[in-house]
Amino acid sequence: MNHEPLVRWDWLFAHLGPIADRVGQHLYLAAIAVGVGFAISFALAAISIRRRKLYPAVTVLATAEYTIPSFALFAALVTITGLSILTAEIPLVLYTIILFVPNIVAGFDSVPWDVLDAADGMGFTRGQRWWRVELPLAVPLVVAGLRLASVSTIGLVTVSAILGQGFGGLGYYILDGYQRHFTTEILVGGLLSIALAVVADMAFVLLQRLLTPWAARRAEVR
Amino acid sequence: MDLIAATAQWLADPLNWQGPNGIPSRLMEHVALSGVSLLVAALIALPLGLWIGHTGRFSWWIVSTANAWRALPSFAVIGLLVPFTTVIDPDLGFTLYPTLVAMIVLAGPPILVNAYQGIAGVDGELVEAARAMGMKESQILFGVEIPIALPVLATGLRLAAVQVIATATLGATFGFGGLGRFIILGDANRDNGELFGGVVLVAMLALATLGAFLLLERRLVSTGLTRRAAG
Repeated sequence: MNHEPLVRWDWLFAHLGPIADRVGQHLYLAAIAVGVGFAISFALAAISIRRRKLYPAVTVLATAEYTIPSFALFAALVTITGLSILTAEIPLVLYTIILFVPNIVAGFDSVPWDVLDAADGMGFTRGQRWWRVELPLAVPLVVAGLRLASVSTIGLVTVSAILGQGFGGLGYYILDGYQRHFTTEILVGGLLSIALAVVADMAFVLLQRLLTPWAARRAEVR
Repeated sequence: MDLIAATAQWLADPLNWQGPNGIPSRLMEHVALSGVSLLVAALIALPLGLWIGHTGRFSWWIVSTANAWRALPSFAVIGLLVPFTTVIDPDLGFTLYPTLVAMIVLAGPPILVNAYQGIAGVDGELVEAARAMGMKESQILFGVEIPIALPVLATGLRLAAVQVIATATLGATFGFGGLGRFIILGDANRDNGELFGGVVLVAMLALATLGAFLLLERRLVSTGLTRRAAG
């Protein structure tokens, strides 16, 4: 390692294809986890909002899960689900739920009562009220949850590299580079996975601007 | 049921409780690395957080940077450190330092952000009253602001500690020992008892840390604050 240059550009340029494939795999694994996690969390949050007594149980479970490292969950699941995509996705989905549920619940809690009363007074049905009043007002916190979950999931995908060559996205290069004492690979994997997280974060900020244009306008007026 | 039996058997085997690869020495490695990185992170992040909380100076920049740091994936951070720490020390730079530094990076932001929010959240009238009573700035910080902000400060330390304990398992992939080693070896040797034994040990250590911090918080936080919250 000491006699090699920090970055072997020839290796980098010769591997642009495989690197792009790994980026694709990284986004694919993360997108499935965020999508599935979001759907499950929305259902869980909807239940917790209606039945408040269940919410503390959800948070306690979430805290307990946080003490189990992703690394351990991946390795443990191999014995149950083998080396299938489920082994990577189950832990990823579980960790997104921890981040999603509190944000979605807080989002709907943040809708003021007088606004709901006004909607009722205007003759909105429950469905109309939910779709046209509650959901738009909850969007900022829901998107905040999406930002957190996607950034965290992109980070955790790297850990799934311990499952073997078919996993890990860019994490594969980090692990392979470490084991082969090959700095270039580590730098490619590490820097690109951080870049992916940053880009995802910015994409969701942009999405929030597009979904709630009134928020930015209000800030300008002030 | 096989898994539970195998795990119990591995945990009960006296051979696994002795020698440099035994549970006690791996546990000590894990605790030592976590403790040192938490301490270093606290030594950097606490004073900085308290200072920006008290003065309000640079707070937006520093808190935003800390929040951005939170997004750094530890697996990538450990890997990225390897090329640089190996230049400093070819042996420990390949096995110990990357994980140690990555854990400091992980623990810093929650400690800093909570210290800032705790102090900045103290009622401004209380601070003004203390100043009017002739208290010096340092007296205000240590006598008024820190005691009131203590629950928030402690939450930051607790979050950091649990995260570090759980994440330090990653170090086993990068040459560091600790409890993650059992998970790696169990996976490699197809020994489910060892693998799940490692998982159980890490989870128990994290839960024990969580419990210890919660107990400590209850001891340290002024009864005046808890009574006000209760009544």
